[in-house]
Amino acid sequence: MTGATPFQTVGPFFRFGLVFDGCSEIVGSPDGARVTIEGTVRDGAGAPVPDALIETWQADSSGRYHHPEDGRAGTATAFDGFRRAPTDPEGRFSLTTVMPGPVPGPGNRQQAPHLVVGVFARGLLTRLVTRLYFDGEAANDQDPILELVPADRAPTLIAKRVADGRYRFDIVLQGKDETVFFAP
Amino acid sequence: MTSLRPYRPIPDGTHPSNAYEGYGSTKLRHPKQAAITIPQTLSEITGPVAGFERFGPLEVDLTMQGKAPAQGERIIVEGLVLDEDERPIPNTLVELWQANAAGRYRHDGDQHDAPLDPNFTGAGRAITDAEGRYRFVTIKPGAYPWRNHHNAWRPAHLHFSIFGPSFLTRLITQMYFPGDPLLAHDPIFNSTSDPKARDRMVSTFDFNLTKPEWALGYRFDMIVRGRNATPMEAQG
Repeated sequence: MTGATPFQTVGPFFRFGLVFDGCSEIVGSPDGARVTIEGTVRDGAGAPVPDALIETWQADSSGRYHHPEDGRAGTATAFDGFRRAPTDPEGRFSLTTVMPGPVPGPGNRQQAPHLVVGVFARGLLTRLVTRLYFDGEAANDQDPILELVPADRAPTLIAKRVADGRYRFDIVLQGKDETVFFAP
Repeated sequence: MTSLRPYRPIPDGTHPSNAYEGYGSTKLRHPKQAAITIPQTLSEITGPVAGFERFGPLEVDLTMQGKAPAQGERIIVEGLVLDEDERPIPNTLVELWQANAAGRYRHDGDQHDAPLDPNFTGAGRAITDAEGRYRFVTIKPGAYPWRNHHNAWRPAHLHFSIFGPSFLTRLITQMYFPGDPLLAHDPIFNSTSDPKARDRMVSTFDFNLTKPEWALGYRFDMIVRGRNATPMEAQG
């Protein structure tokens, strides 16, 4: 046994090291409905955060993960479920992907379609972890993770539908309407 | 039906608290509500383990990316990516970014009055081998001032980003150099409260890595979250 290496902030000057062409966009031509997710990251004073980095991970449109530990029959999927999106000077980020399918959850229950989300920024010494669910999905009401969140804060986890295939997901690091963050 | 082997919690004192006051930028950016504990599901146990070609070509020698060799003290940095049970993590992406020898980043926001080196980008990328090993050749970065407090200086450091086998093993850290007098004064380094954990961010000078007549060698292992021996309840 040895101890883990501590987390350190990504700092303000990560762009030239972590941001690459196409990192926030769909890779190849996967099956599934295209979705664009846009949002703004704000701090405790309501100011935009221009030096944040959002990472997302998700299943493909049939709810399968491109990972050896998704051991379900017929799981072979090449879908690249990883996206990385930096914020711009106005704190905005944008990414494109496909709508994920429902995935297995605890207690033999299904989880509603969702993305797991990591948030990095100057001024954050670790990664914050949250989830993005989609407005209007009937399965949200039975989601085993959403039900652990106080009802008045759950809306921070639901991306608002603004048009066909377009969703808005704002992230508030602190204060009023603070996004729910998780410790899995 | 699939059974999952969960990742263990990291002991207190290892990762910093986001509310660490010594680092002024945390003030308006750290959440005030406690994180909600949730079970680990297939969504968290999985994570990006393939497709790293899309990040760009591997760049393991940062001293030879330009038209001429980069300026500064050439160093070799080698190490292992392991989990807490010392199991190697093969085939995972290691991203490196850093300031140049003068302590200046290739980033529009860096206004430090120090020269840029046209032959040094400061960014590299490696994939660990079957033993979990990575290796870079780079330039020893300079210390640089920042505005956190009066006369604040960041100790020389390399930024590292690694993935590991799961969304839960994602790690971004900084590697420091042994004996640096600035470490004692750096709030970011000291945001980790356990001194033993802090020391794991300091590389080790290694004569065996050092190449005679060419470059000093530093060893830096990165340790990600380990997992339980037994699966949790079946899911799905």
